[in-house]
Amino acid sequence: MSGIWLHTSRRGKALSLLLLLAFVLVPAIADRYLLSVLILVFYFAYLGQAWNLLMGFAGQLSLGHALYLGLGAYTATALWTLFGIGPWLGVFIAIPVAAAAGMFIGWLGWRFAIEGVYFALLTIAFAEFTRIGFDHLQFTGGAGGLFLPVNGEAAGKWWNLGGGPLLYYYLSLALAAAATVLVAALRQSPLGYRWLAVREDPQAAQAVGINIFRARMLAMLISSSMTAVGGVFYGFYYRNLFPSQVFDISHSIELILAPIIGGLGTVFGPIVGAIILTPLGEALTGLVQSLGLNAPGAKAIFYGLTLMVIISLQPNGVWPWLARHLRLDRPPE
Amino acid sequence: MAAITLNVIVQGLLTGLVYGLMALGLSVIFGVMRVVNFAHGEFTVVAMYAAFILFETLHLDPLITLLPVAAAFFGIGYLLQRTLISPFVGRAEHEQFILLVGLATVIVNGLLLVFGPDARPINLSYSFDSYAVGPLFIDKVRVLAALAALAVAATLFLFFRYTRTGTAIRACADNLTGAAVVGLHVKQLYAVTFGLGLACVGAAGTLMATIADAAPDLAQAYTLLAFTIVIIGGLGSMVGALIGGILIGVSEALAGFYIQPSMKSMFSFALLIVVLVMRPQGLMGRRL
Amino acid sequence: MPTDYHGFSRRRLLGGTAAGAAFLAMPSIVRAQTQSLKIAVILPQSGYLAQAGQSCHRGALVSSSVLSEFGHKVELMHIDMESNPDVARTQTERAINEGAQCVVGAFDSAATLAIAQVCEQRQVPLIVNIGAAPQLTEQGYKFLVRNFPTGGMLVANGLKQIKALIDATKIEPKTAVFLHANDNFGMAQRQGMDKLFPTAGLPFKLLDSIPYDPKAQDLSVEVTKIRGLNPDLLLVVTRAADAIKLVRDIVRQKFQPMGIISPGAPGLYDEEFYKALGPLADYHIDAIPWANPKSKVTQALEAAFKKQQPNFRFAVECFNVGFTFDALLIAADSFKRAGTATGPELMKALKATSLTDHAMIGPPIKFDEKGQNVDIPSSCVQNRSQTPTVVLPADVATMTPVLPEPPWQGRT
Repeated sequence: MSGIWLHTSRRGKALSLLLLLAFVLVPAIADRYLLSVLILVFYFAYLGQAWNLLMGFAGQLSLGHALYLGLGAYTATALWTLFGIGPWLGVFIAIPVAAAAGMFIGWLGWRFAIEGVYFALLTIAFAEFTRIGFDHLQFTGGAGGLFLPVNGEAAGKWWNLGGGPLLYYYLSLALAAAATVLVAALRQSPLGYRWLAVREDPQAAQAVGINIFRARMLAMLISSSMTAVGGVFYGFYYRNLFPSQVFDISHSIELILAPIIGGLGTVFGPIVGAIILTPLGEALTGLVQSLGLNAPGAKAIFYGLTLMVIISLQPNGVWPWLARHLRLDRPPE
Repeated sequence: MAAITLNVIVQGLLTGLVYGLMALGLSVIFGVMRVVNFAHGEFTVVAMYAAFILFETLHLDPLITLLPVAAAFFGIGYLLQRTLISPFVGRAEHEQFILLVGLATVIVNGLLLVFGPDARPINLSYSFDSYAVGPLFIDKVRVLAALAALAVAATLFLFFRYTRTGTAIRACADNLTGAAVVGLHVKQLYAVTFGLGLACVGAAGTLMATIADAAPDLAQAYTLLAFTIVIIGGLGSMVGALIGGILIGVSEALAGFYIQPSMKSMFSFALLIVVLVMRPQGLMGRRL
Repeated sequence: MPTDYHGFSRRRLLGGTAAGAAFLAMPSIVRAQTQSLKIAVILPQSGYLAQAGQSCHRGALVSSSVLSEFGHKVELMHIDMESNPDVARTQTERAINEGAQCVVGAFDSAATLAIAQVCEQRQVPLIVNIGAAPQLTEQGYKFLVRNFPTGGMLVANGLKQIKALIDATKIEPKTAVFLHANDNFGMAQRQGMDKLFPTAGLPFKLLDSIPYDPKAQDLSVEVTKIRGLNPDLLLVVTRAADAIKLVRDIVRQKFQPMGIISPGAPGLYDEEFYKALGPLADYHIDAIPWANPKSKVTQALEAAFKKQQPNFRFAVECFNVGFTFDALLIAADSFKRAGTATGPELMKALKATSLTDHAMIGPPIKFDEKGQNVDIPSSCVQNRSQTPTVVLPADVATMTPVLPEPPWQGRT
């Protein structure tokens, strides 16, 4: 762990600490709107880190990550509504459920040499299959949805994750920060180097004795577990779940935008991506509204164009470019 | 009961042929250029709207406007490849993905902005006709659309088999380096390929407009459907795309009938998973 | 190493961050003592619910002038939440920041719940114009009222109307099949049906309840299944696009029920339905709450709509327009009674609402302790000449109901 800290340049250390400090202090001056936007930023940064682990480090494109999100969310919320088990405990059951699904998909994919686009489609198929399945699962409400009580005795306490935006703000910030530290640590670890080898050249990696299958499965295990925790957060933050929302492919696509735009395979990529994309969406909405345009869909058009422009100009992501310009990629003198 | 089952199968088969034509375009593009066109469904819906507009303004049957729309889409595909897609050929899948997802978002919301959210039907004089074949009721529009789909697919097949350009494109798909070495103008051929792929989409969309009503929110489902069919049928195999389409059309119909209609799609996804695991090259694809 | 380099970049970054934060953290606008109520109208104008959302939006646009006709001053903020709960949440926060004192919305239950949480925490009243999920008024929100029936109420009232319909038209159906979308609205209706049908006292037997996938490309399989069962009546819960596919396949497969009736769902009265099917759209019946043609409020609304939205027919849109208007009217009326727009006071006035003159058919609008208006009756609306027409109950009807439906062939 100290390894990463030593390897980061002085400038990098200062900036990351500064950023963290800024986020910790922001609620003192910010209003609820900004807080709600930042919660989304941290949420997507967190999920981005989780997904980035599988894609950026182990090189496996998953387009069905919403599956783990949904499984995590449903498990924890169902435990709460049906058995009264709070989310701080429920998360420990949600994680193995999602991880099991991830491992199963990983095993199917890598045991049977399903690569690239094919693997991506496998993940989509599982997510869609589960979505329709949950639409029919009556004991979690089916298509009608699962609802958490809002007022009342049990709600509103921090151990049941019922609270105001401040609770969720610090929780999501903590998750995003912890994920970043975890990812940085993993990257510098032997496992991280094995992943890098597997991603860059699987055959060569195998030749030097790395167990590709094991490495990938570990990546999937950690990635799906982390995503499940994000799902628990999601379930309790929104207090209601519909399969068509949680498991939907658009949700899967949404959570991979930040890490790709930010910079795949980098530690800060998902954070930079989330910081750019979420406020961009809000700014575009505000812009369209202030122009008084009665043009539903205009914002989404701008958003789509922005994605195309960014990926054309900076295919490796914004963070590597930013890091170069801020001279953050230089090692400490 | 047997009659009803047969009815379900026949309708599924006919619809599946049109889906197959749509998937064919994807198969051509991915099979040759390895570009993952995640905006496939969106292009199909644009073609549906094109057919709708031509019908509303010129009162032309989509079976006729099929040709000009396909030709126009060829042109669009060619240009798109030369300008936007070309730099992304050979790049990582996730980059192609973002580009095409961005494009898809722009297209869908553009359609919403221009046409509004209502579904746009094409009301042909024979839209409500059906052939009574024994105890079966077979929709006339589906029969005509299926026949047209077969015709387009056959034309494409002949093109790839017997023309020089077609052979050249197949060469690129088989061995890119070899093709370049032999002096084939790869960039140009890629553009032609993308054009052909989109022409298929244009044709399929026009035919689809006779069966379904053009609406922006159909796009994503069509993209997934196209990918499912192509994987099951086999990438790079045209016959495979059609067979995949038929298989999906029929199996979804049967699953819907015997199990539960709302679980129809679960079945297709399950089939997709099985094919990916057991036989990733699909039913008719070449061994990867 | 040069120290000025480090200092320069740090300062710049700090400055940039501060500027950025200041930009986003716009200070809340001081709520001036004004005479008009600022209402945020949050609807899905894009995304998969765009069709209904835009219809409600047209209602909101027209409502300002009609409300001022009746002596209310409101200032409306129109917000598109893109059929996405994330956006609904942040936009509600932003709207309240910009001075919204009350929120009306949002058609989609998931988004409405996201909005409800924000409204609850910021003590800003939320008036649900359209949204049938029962949980909206069961979860315990104190700052929410709903002037729309729950799924259960829709079904209960719908079944009552169907009984009246059978009595009025003297048909004798023996069997029926219930077809519904497998989404949250369809499921709410299904749950209602399962619970209420056995005791509704209807003369026909329910052979089967068939859920269909709303994302499906066509409904021919479902229709084949229904045709196999050959019921006298087909009860449907669909959206507009699905309704078109359904009727089309029914006609092609030459299935002729006595009637196609909806116990409270949209779809059979949308403009795209009429455009797609022409005379084949006629004679289907929807048992839903409807705009009251005899109310002077509705008549004023209709006149304004004709003028301001000439490309759309009021007769077709009056469901969405009427409920949206009524929600805004409730807000304006409560504001008048409360004399202030501060959250808790306004909420108290809302809960005490007793509004006699409103757009939709029914007794004066009142809310129970949970914030639900339990007295929203349904009426039978039949498509005649491709226009939805109230045929029952007799006191608000403009035509008499016709069943069984005439055969598909030969309709003009």
